[in-house]
Amino acid sequence: MSRQRKSINSVGIWRLNVVRLVFISLVIGLGWRLTDIQVLNPDFLRNQGDARHVRKVPVAAHRGMILDRHGEPLAISTPVHSVWVNPQEINVDSVKLPKLAKVLHLNAKKIKNKINSNQNREFIYLKRRVAPETANKVKQLNIAGVALQREYKRFYPTGEVAAHVVGFTNVDDAGQEGLELTHDAVLTGVSGLKRMIRDSRGNYVGGGEQLKATKHGQNISLSIDLRLQYLTYQALKASVVKYKARSGSAVILDIKTGEVLAMVNQPSFNPNSRRGLRNSEYRNRAVTDLFEPGSTVKPFTVASGLKSGKFTPATIIDTRPGTLRVSGHTIKDFRDYGQISVSTLIQKSSNVAASKIALALKPEQLWQDFSAFGLAEPTGAYFPGEAMGHLPDPQKWRKLDRATLAYGYGVASSALQLARGYMVLANGGILRPVSFVKVDQPPQGRRVFSRDDMKQVLTMMERVVQPGGTAQKAAVENYTVAGKTGTVKKAASGGYADKQYLSLFAGVIPATQPRLAMVVMVDDPQGKEYYGGLVAAPVFSEVMTGAMRLLNIAPDDLPMTQLHVAQK
Amino acid sequence: MSFSSLIDLLRIHVSVILLIVLVIASSIAVIYTKHTGRTEFVALQKLERQRDNLNEEWSRLLLEQSTWASPGRIEQQARLRLKMIVPTADMVVVVKP
Repeated sequence: MSRQRKSINSVGIWRLNVVRLVFISLVIGLGWRLTDIQVLNPDFLRNQGDARHVRKVPVAAHRGMILDRHGEPLAISTPVHSVWVNPQEINVDSVKLPKLAKVLHLNAKKIKNKINSNQNREFIYLKRRVAPETANKVKQLNIAGVALQREYKRFYPTGEVAAHVVGFTNVDDAGQEGLELTHDAVLTGVSGLKRMIRDSRGNYVGGGEQLKATKHGQNISLSIDLRLQYLTYQALKASVVKYKARSGSAVILDIKTGEVLAMVNQPSFNPNSRRGLRNSEYRNRAVTDLFEPGSTVKPFTVASGLKSGKFTPATIIDTRPGTLRVSGHTIKDFRDYGQISVSTLIQKSSNVAASKIALALKPEQLWQDFSAFGLAEPTGAYFPGEAMGHLPDPQKWRKLDRATLAYGYGVASSALQLARGYMVLANGGILRPVSFVKVDQPPQGRRVFSRDDMKQVLTMMERVVQPGGTAQKAAVENYTVAGKTGTVKKAASGGYADKQYLSLFAGVIPATQPRLAMVVMVDDPQGKEYYGGLVAAPVFSEVMTGAMRLLNIAPDDLPMTQLHVAQK
Repeated sequence: MSFSSLIDLLRIHVSVILLIVLVIASSIAVIYTKHTGRTEFVALQKLERQRDNLNEEWSRLLLEQSTWASPGRIEQQARLRLKMIVPTADMVVVVKP
């Protein structure tokens, strides 16, 4: 009996120990798992939960506006919507899908294929940047898995008119050309991030805390005056069309501040739809293209002559017989002007007389004076693709180079550089940087000529638009104008093209108290009229007549009968 | 169980009872804040959507305004509809102080 009991006891203890062991190891196992989850890898489950419910949602930042000097918008970013689908949620055979395709002007079959081939993804764009009405229609269709995402699209309300100056952005809103590129860093916003909690159906139900602040782009006020820009655009376009010219450029500068008030080019383009656009259309020719300025630099030559002290406005130069032979090359005048004063040189645009002045001056001095007008020097505008221009090294000059420089051959400048040179003439001899952005305080300039010399040159240039001058069509009623025409033979391979010209006019208004400087350049006008005084000068007159009225600049050349003195 | 013994029991477990009350109060507070949070979040979302819509409308109106007020159109309207002209030189009188 006792033996039997003992054996039962020993079997019982063995079993009991097994059960104990199982329970103890169970407890140890659970304890281990508990420490693993709670102490060793506490983030694992939290991350898994977050991955299912917490989303980091980007907050789109808009790009800053580009405004003209009076606050009129030239480039605006407006919110538009992009349509996207979640291929895992959408029902491909839904009857609404063809309707969606119709609204978006897409092919229903293609949408289906796109969704089917991206089954493992959660996000694909159907169409980016749709119009607000289209977005509304999509919203009304209310298809599961189809949603809208807010994005910004750039609009250019002025279209062609300011296209070259403002430039444009690409599909990702980064500046590509023009001032959009120059000021990209300031205009671009930095999109933020916020944490959002969503439920199982994908609706956001909580969160909203900011992870990264959204920084919107800043606005920029340009120096451009939209009213003048329009005026210039219309006048230049009309002229380019009328003369079937290849291209044209015009620049207006504010003489006191060096701001660019208007800058237009032809042909232009619509920055809102740039499909099939060629480089030649969006190049800002007034800044990037160089040409030989021709007779428009004669005032510079004369200024250099006055500065040397060897010439005065009344100095007589013998231009007979209307030709001058220099190193085997003949410099010709339009006709034989005989013995003329320096003043008449500018009025009649005599190449012979200008060459004689240049040959009488020291080469280094002439070079220095030309570069003092800002030729072959950066304008300070920082425009993308800006051309520096070209002024040959005086050490290598031959006699002929000096003679031709006097009437603007062998030197290359852009329309903007030429306008800047005329700004020096007009503001009493101070060379200032040019600015595309509105400036409050005029930048410090550098005095390069004396006030007296500039005044004398300007007075001589007034005769150009008066009867007997080369640019009577540049005259503006009730205002004095100082200007100079240029008709330049276009350079071609191995010399100069036979019947291709550039028509130029550069002028300053009002001559007695200059406010604006303008350069008009028309490239290759067809037909019998190609002289600067006939093609380019009327553009100046038309634009300035309007500009004087718009800027409310007092007339300085009124007939006495129309001047009333206010009673005190 | 007499009344006095119940009082005694309460006296002994006063800290436990206090804790129970606090736990209930804090759980109600949690529910309340959660609820306020939800409501506020919904309100925030609504306001953000409203702000975005207003921004959208504002920039559309800005575009519209700049189209209507483009100098080209104004000039055309002035000339054609209002029959305005630019004064010629002999119509201008300048008054000097």
